[in-house]
Amino acid sequence: MGTKATASRRTFIKTAGAAAAGALAAPYVKTAHSAGKLKLGLWDHWVPGANEALEQILIRWGEDNGVEVTIDFITSIGNKLVLTAQAESRAGSGHDIYSHAFAMVPLFKHRLVAVDDIVEDILATQGPIAEISKFSAFLDGAWKGSPSPTGTLSYPTVARRDLFLEHAGIDLTELFPASDARDPAKVDGWDWETFREAAASLHAAGRSFGAPLATTPDGSAWLAHLFASYGAALVDERGEVVVHSDAVREVLEYLIRLAEFMPNSVYAWDDASNNRWLISGEGGAIFNPPSAWAVAKRDNPDVARHVWHCDVPRGPAGRFRAFTSFFWGIWDFSVNQSAARDLLRYVAQPEVVTTMLRASQGFDLPMIRSHYDHSNVWAEAEPPAGVLYNYAMLGDERTVFAGYPAPPEIGARIATQQILPTLAARVTQGGESISDAMGWAENELEGVLRG
Amino acid sequence: MRVLPPLLRRKPAVAVLMCVPLFALILGLVAYPFFHALFLATLNKAETAFVGLDNFTFLFGRQTFWMVVRQSLLFALVAVVFKALIGLAAAHAINTIPTKGQRKWRGMMLIPWVIPPALSTLGWWWLFEPTYSAINWGLTKFAMPAVPWLSDTFWARFSIILVNVWVGAPFFLIMYLAALKSIPGELYEAAEMDGAGPWQKFFYITLPMIRNIIAITTLFSIIVTLANFDIVRVLTQGGPLNTTHLFATYAFRVGIESGDIPLGASVSLFMFPMLAILAFIILRNVRRRAASLA
Repeated sequence: MGTKATASRRTFIKTAGAAAAGALAAPYVKTAHSAGKLKLGLWDHWVPGANEALEQILIRWGEDNGVEVTIDFITSIGNKLVLTAQAESRAGSGHDIYSHAFAMVPLFKHRLVAVDDIVEDILATQGPIAEISKFSAFLDGAWKGSPSPTGTLSYPTVARRDLFLEHAGIDLTELFPASDARDPAKVDGWDWETFREAAASLHAAGRSFGAPLATTPDGSAWLAHLFASYGAALVDERGEVVVHSDAVREVLEYLIRLAEFMPNSVYAWDDASNNRWLISGEGGAIFNPPSAWAVAKRDNPDVARHVWHCDVPRGPAGRFRAFTSFFWGIWDFSVNQSAARDLLRYVAQPEVVTTMLRASQGFDLPMIRSHYDHSNVWAEAEPPAGVLYNYAMLGDERTVFAGYPAPPEIGARIATQQILPTLAARVTQGGESISDAMGWAENELEGVLRG
Repeated sequence: MRVLPPLLRRKPAVAVLMCVPLFALILGLVAYPFFHALFLATLNKAETAFVGLDNFTFLFGRQTFWMVVRQSLLFALVAVVFKALIGLAAAHAINTIPTKGQRKWRGMMLIPWVIPPALSTLGWWWLFEPTYSAINWGLTKFAMPAVPWLSDTFWARFSIILVNVWVGAPFFLIMYLAALKSIPGELYEAAEMDGAGPWQKFFYITLPMIRNIIAITTLFSIIVTLANFDIVRVLTQGGPLNTTHLFATYAFRVGIESGDIPLGASVSLFMFPMLAILAFIILRNVRRRAASLA
C-alpha cells in the first residue's frame, strides 16, 4: 500500500514537472493519450545541424509527455527513404511516424491512417496550406499526412551572381533584389531563352550551368518546372496520356539547345552532384534548395559569398518552381497512434516550425502560409546579405512537381520512375528523334497507368 | 549411462534430424520467397486481384524491358567470359609458382572477392565519379582526355562489367587452381616424354581434366552475374538512359521504388526459366562426363 502511494506521489510530481516544462517550452497542451514509446523514421536533413535541432525538440516533447522517443534519420540518397518505407509497409512493422516526401504519400496511402482531425485543426487555427501540398496528401477525401516541420523545399535558380554579371551581363541582385522592390518588366524578361543565352556565356567561360539529366529526384524536379512553364504534361488531370503534344515537342527542342551548354557528366549525376558542382566553384548555376549554399558557407566560403537564389525562368505558359512537400504519416501498424497524433499536432505549431526554419538556415519552407509571418530567416541569411530572400517565393511563380497535373497516384509514379529525366536524356544524349522519344514515354506511361 | 530412444538409434532418422535446420533454412529463405514471388507475379498492381500471366504479357510489350533483357545477357556473357579467361590465366600463373610462395599470391588475388561488393563498388564509384573522377584526374595530368565512365552508355556498360570481372575473377581463379592441383603430375611427365609442348599439354591434358569444373563454375557464375544488383545500383542506378539496368535493378526500380510489386516480381522471375534450362543442360553434360570417366 505504502509503495503504491509513494509511486503515485512520484508519478504525480514527475507528471506535474513535465507538464510545467512543457508549458514553458511551448503552448502545447498534453492530452491524456500520450505515453509509452514512439519510433520516428525521419528524413536526414542536408543542412548541417538541422537534425540535431529537430532531435532536441522531439526528445524534449517526449520528456514533457512521458513518451520515450527514438529517432532514425534516414537519407534520401539512393532513395533509401522510399526503400525503408516500402520495407516497413510490407512487413507491417517499423516506425510509428514516418517522413513522406510528396510522391510517397500516394504510394503508401493504403498503409497510412487518416489524420483529418489533426490537419483540419491545424488549418483552422493556422490558416490555409499550399495548394500543391494539399494535392499530394489529401487523397480520396482524407488527409494521409500532416505537415512536417522540416524538409519541404523548392528548387529556385541558384546562381553565381558574380559570374552572371561578368560573363552574361545579368545583374541577378538587381533583377531579384533582397526586398520587395522588384521591377516586374525586368523580371518578365527572365525567361528560358535569356537563361539559355546566359548558360552559353557561362559555358564559354568554363563555368557551366548544370542540372541532372539522370534518374534522380533533383532531375525530375527541375524538369518538372521546365516542362510546366512550356505547358508540357505527360498525363493530364483526368489521367489521360497527352505526351504527343506540341508543348512537349517544344520543351524537348529547347532542352536539346540548352544541353549543349551543360557538362556531359549530368547524365550520371545524383542529388549531391549539382551541390558539389556549385560548391567546387566550377558551376555557374544549378536548380536546388539552399543546401549547396549552406554547405559552401562551411566548405568554400569564397563561393558562398557570390551565390544568389532567385526565381526560375519563365516559359510560354508561365513561371513555375518545383516544390516538394514533406509530410509525417502514421503507419496503420503503429502501436502508439494516440501519442503519434499528439506529436503531429505539436510539430505543426508555429514555434516548432520557426525553430526548424532557423536550424535549417532557411532550407525548409513552410507549407502553411501563415508560418512565413513568424520568421524572417530568408531575409536575414548571409553571406551575401539577402542570399535567400527570394527563396521564399515572392513573385509570380506557381508551384509544381514531377507528374503534375496528373492525379497524385499517377504523378507519384511518373516521379519515382524518373520518366522526365530519361525522356530528356533520350533526345539530348541518346540522339533519339523527338517523336521516338515521345513514343518511348507513351510506352512507359502505360506501365504507370496500368491497374 | 543413458540409452538413446529407439528412433534415434536408427541412422537414417538421425540424419534426417540433423538436416532439419538446413531444410528449415531452404524452406524459409529459398522456397518461401520463390513461391511468394510467383504468387505476387500473378496479382494486379494493387495486389487485390488474381490476373494470371497478365503481368508477363504486359512486360513483353515494354521497350525498356526488352532492353533490360538484352543488357542482362550482354553483361552476363561478357563478364563471365572475361572472368573465366582471367581466372584461368591467373590460376595457371600461380600454379607454376613453387608451393611455398603460392599462399601470399592466392591471398592477394582473393581480396576483391572477399570484400563486400557494395563497399568495393563504392571505391570504384569514387574512381569513376561523373564530375571528379580520380582516374580522369590522372588522365588529364598526362594530357589525356577525360573518359565519361558513368555518363555515356558504352563506358557505363564497360565500367559495370569491369567491376564485375574484378570482383568475380578470383572465384574462377580459386576453383581452377583447385582443379589444376587435382591433375596427376604423371600425365604431364608422360606427355613431355612423348614430346608434347605447353599448348599441347594444355589442350590435351589440362582442359579435358578440368572441363567439369569449368562447366560448373561457368553455370554458377552466369546465375550470380545475371542476378547482380549491387554493382549497378551503386555505380549507375541503371543509367544513363536505363542502359545499364539488369533484371534485378530494373525489378527494384519497378517494384520497390515505384510500388508495383507484382510487375517487379514478374521481372525478377523472368530469368528463372532461362537459368533453369541452362542449369539442366550444363549439369546433364557434367553428369555424363563424370559417368564416362567412372
